[in-house]
Amino acid sequence: MADVLEKEEKAKELLIDKQPKEPLLSKKNRKLLNDPLNDNNPITVQVLGICSALAITVKLYPALVMSISVLFVMAAGNVIVSLMRNFIPNRIRIIVQLVVVASLVALVDQVLKAFVYDVSKELSVFVGLIITNCIIMGRLEAFALGNTVWKSFLDGIGNAFGYAWILLAVAFFRELLGSGTLFGFQVIPNAWYLANGGFYSNNGFMLLPPMALITVGIIIWVQRARNTKLIEE
Amino acid sequence: MDVNKNSYTFLFATAMVVVVAASLSFAATNLKPFQDTNVEQEKMQSILNSIQISVERSQAPGAYQTYIKEAFVLQRGEAIEGQDAFAIDLAKEIRKPDQERLSPLYIAEKEGETYYIIPLQGNGLWGPIWGYVSLKEDINTVYGATFDHKAETPGLGAEINTPVFEDQFKGKQMLDSNLSFIGIDVRKGDASSEYEVDGISGGTITSDGVEAMILDCVKAYVPFLKTHSGATATASLITE
Repeated sequence: MADVLEKEEKAKELLIDKQPKEPLLSKKNRKLLNDPLNDNNPITVQVLGICSALAITVKLYPALVMSISVLFVMAAGNVIVSLMRNFIPNRIRIIVQLVVVASLVALVDQVLKAFVYDVSKELSVFVGLIITNCIIMGRLEAFALGNTVWKSFLDGIGNAFGYAWILLAVAFFRELLGSGTLFGFQVIPNAWYLANGGFYSNNGFMLLPPMALITVGIIIWVQRARNTKLIEE
Repeated sequence: MDVNKNSYTFLFATAMVVVVAASLSFAATNLKPFQDTNVEQEKMQSILNSIQISVERSQAPGAYQTYIKEAFVLQRGEAIEGQDAFAIDLAKEIRKPDQERLSPLYIAEKEGETYYIIPLQGNGLWGPIWGYVSLKEDINTVYGATFDHKAETPGLGAEINTPVFEDQFKGKQMLDSNLSFIGIDVRKGDASSEYEVDGISGGTITSDGVEAMILDCVKAYVPFLKTHSGATATASLITE
């Protein structure tokens, strides 16, 4: 009996030796992280998840909380679906993905309500709407169902960061120009304001959703001007 | 293993639902105390807000102790014993017939003045709306009002919780010169008298909801208001 076990051990070692283990952050894996930041950005290139990008980018703090929530849902969702990928019945796979995402979102919602109540009120329906964020379902269906756990995790993190940096960039400009603050701290000197005899006034239009769309548009414009890969023939 | 068999599909779906339900209820049960504290603090914050004291939510319990001197429950216009005013669920009370309805009343003291705070609860367009209105010592003139909502449309009905709308209520009156209760009329842009305020453009149904809410909730206090209006009613006078 012991002999058999030993032989098996050896056979396993041989197998492993034959296929050199891929380093955790190989070039391919790094691409999973980097691609969604620029070349394949979920918002600016794939134009997914625009809804929430417009709705909760009036201020940086809610945008940050939203980004962290999406990061958690995306990474955890990808890992869970990837773990189950060989056991999920093909006919109900979309439902399974939905249940995974929905329960993670319900969890996030509960945690936000318990620990950052004011932000959770500000995000209101948009936390629930993470479920319908196309980026998440898209990655589960297109990536996690067919790839290993580690790769799916990286893909989730990468896409969430791709989503997050656009959200934060938009929120940065909207909060700075619309309210004169960053993360709630005033950055425009008080003396500059018209009310105090200055020359400056916050642009109220920045607080409205149309300006979020225009800001995203400007980011896409700058990105396309700089990244030649994105320019169509 | 064939993962596409019908029996397997059913088994998988059932197991998945059970696991998800169990883990979510576990999380919800464990987070409930934290959430309840937040809701309680927010309620205190709103109550204080109606007497024009704005505090951070975390500071609310302390400030509540300082300013709110007494809280009791009215039924048919009389104070009754053995009820915790703060714990009363107004959403349930407003569905009861007038005779059975319990109406909490808070008495606050700020800078030597006494204020009476009446909680409000009603319906907007999409869901419940609620608020607090504080009355001055004459138990008739509005000192401050604060409103909130569950799911009104952002930019339209949701504007009821902005100072622009709330501040209009300051100085309005609940009883006319004959001491009959008329509530506060939320008008479409032509508010002029001390019984009227301007509604919100595009938020007519929510604005009407506020009007109806004030009418419905404050009417339970009318017998009390009538008896004590004009008099310098004190807490002892009410409980007598």
